[in-house]
Amino acid sequence: MTQNLLEVRNLTTGFHTERGFVKATDRVSLAIQEGQTLCIVGESGSGKSVTSLAIMRLIDYAGGFIESGEVLFKGDNLAAKKQTDMMRIRGSKMSMIFQDPMSALNPVFSVGDQIAETLRIHKHMSDKAAWNKAVEMLRLVGIPSPEIRARQYPHEMSGGMCQRVVIAMALACDPELLIADEPTTALDVTVQAQILDLLAKLKRELNTSILLITHDMGVAAEIADRIAVMYAGAIVEEGAVDEVFEQPRHPYTIGLLRSIPGIEGERGGELYTIKGSIPSINELPSGCRFHPRCPHVMERCLREEPPLMADERGHRAACWLDEVPKEGA
Amino acid sequence: MSVMTTEKFLVEARHVKKYFPIRSGLLSRVTGNVKAVDDVSFGIREGETFGLVGESGCGKSTLGRVMLNLKGATGGEVLFQGQNIHAAGSRELRQLRQEMQIIFQDPMGSLNPRFLVSDLIGEPLRLHRRMSAKQIDDRVCELMELVGLDVSRRNRYPHEFSGGQRQRIGIARALALEPKFIVADEAVSALDVSVQSQVLNLMMKLQKDLGLTYLFIAHGLNVVRHISSRVGVMYLGKIVEVSPTDGLFAKPLHPYTAVLMSAIPTPTPGRKRERIILQGDVPSPANPPSGCRFHTRCPFVQARCRSEEPLLRTLEGDRQVACHYPLI
Repeated sequence: MTQNLLEVRNLTTGFHTERGFVKATDRVSLAIQEGQTLCIVGESGSGKSVTSLAIMRLIDYAGGFIESGEVLFKGDNLAAKKQTDMMRIRGSKMSMIFQDPMSALNPVFSVGDQIAETLRIHKHMSDKAAWNKAVEMLRLVGIPSPEIRARQYPHEMSGGMCQRVVIAMALACDPELLIADEPTTALDVTVQAQILDLLAKLKRELNTSILLITHDMGVAAEIADRIAVMYAGAIVEEGAVDEVFEQPRHPYTIGLLRSIPGIEGERGGELYTIKGSIPSINELPSGCRFHPRCPHVMERCLREEPPLMADERGHRAACWLDEVPKEGA
Repeated sequence: MSVMTTEKFLVEARHVKKYFPIRSGLLSRVTGNVKAVDDVSFGIREGETFGLVGESGCGKSTLGRVMLNLKGATGGEVLFQGQNIHAAGSRELRQLRQEMQIIFQDPMGSLNPRFLVSDLIGEPLRLHRRMSAKQIDDRVCELMELVGLDVSRRNRYPHEFSGGQRQRIGIARALALEPKFIVADEAVSALDVSVQSQVLNLMMKLQKDLGLTYLFIAHGLNVVRHISSRVGVMYLGKIVEVSPTDGLFAKPLHPYTAVLMSAIPTPTPGRKRERIILQGDVPSPANPPSGCRFHTRCPFVQARCRSEEPLLRTLEGDRQVACHYPLI
């Protein structure tokens, strides 16, 4: 019996702006089991990064807040915690990797120092022990001659190397949950392949649960056990990776997968497109948020918002089409 | 040189070099060169899309700019319809510029935020054509319709448009003077997939309708595969392989191309491809490795690769590769 390491229930977040309250996520619910990797995919502005910031409670520092909902980490509601308590959890029980490794590292400290700092604070290690562990972490993430590299500064390293350092730092305290927000987006494909390979290896060896945020369906297919698709602040589909990719149920997911040019098969023809563009989150359409762009829109979609409805295998989709008896496929 | 054939190209690069000097010390003496583009030769045929791929820092954007004489060349020549654009005088160049345009990656950075959309699209017309305000306005409307923009929004500012629409503004502006040749430098890379497919469809439709020739620079290999008829692969300032698209993706000849292909993540879970994971990072273009530039990371490296530089040679009809031991 596996239990949920993280469970997010009806998480609604937002930001106070000049124009009043702007919602960023709308009743987002998701769960990650121990050792599992969940990928949140979606286009820009879909609320995927805000979800991750809210889970870490870093949203408070980004000018936003959690309006309602719960973030249960091993049954403990993080949404109700004080920031002083969160400081003990962040970096030790759960940690985060950001998109741009260069700005996630402090340019005036050596990378070894920065990894050791986490260990001194959270694990109360001595300077010497923390430094040795930092070198060991650098070795774990595949940095050659880690004893020398640990003394170097971020500017002396390439983007891929820096991302490895950030991963080493995130994993130093042996966290149970690793949140990675577009960890390979800023990297070249060959370096991206190295980092994805590393994450897969770490997942195998350390059994860390991973929440990975990406806009790249390819990356998600590669690394995820489960996928959650976000559109305009809400999850519209969620399920096991094979099911979502092979039998997508929400028209948005279907459209997204069809509009990506492939690297095999037919090419050069007209690509499938989802008409229109992503709505601004404070001008959401009525009913189903996808209805103005949906090729299957029905009268009901304009009035009523579809909830996430699960099939017998736990594959959830928020679409009224699922209730209509299908003729053919 | 075997690359110099008698074939007629619309645009042709011959031994193009672009070095950026590194200055250091008290007197700012030139102490070295970053060889961003180092002896590159290739040709683009009329009406085709030539894809140029490579990782960041390989020199593909620099090459794109040299192809338009937006950057001067350190050596070599670029021929447009047989005329060397780097030797053209300023008057000739002004004429040539109307035939060659560029679409940039970030429309927000390439469109002046204080210009109305009608001014942005009409600017090339005001500079190059003797047209009345009415004629310009008509042409602007025509162009906006051509790229799928709402004409009634022509008196708005770029920030009032979405990313995809801004890219359409950039395309309309590039098309204003009816060019023959367009360099698209990562033109769809910053767009979300659902918008990216719209812009790709538009670019392909325009090519068909207007007979355009594209140099399509991108790092997204699936996009390049979709739109290009031929593809050139760059590594550290050199073109290492040129091939018709289907052949390149079915059977890469250069080990680096094979590595690039194997690194693309595909949205098909479970179908794990044989992936070649490269060791190490891209070497600095200021101090490229001896012999073959890829030898430090090549999974199939041999002794000869370290000392002797492989030249781009023709293999199997229309394919060219710069490797001593191509993957045949």
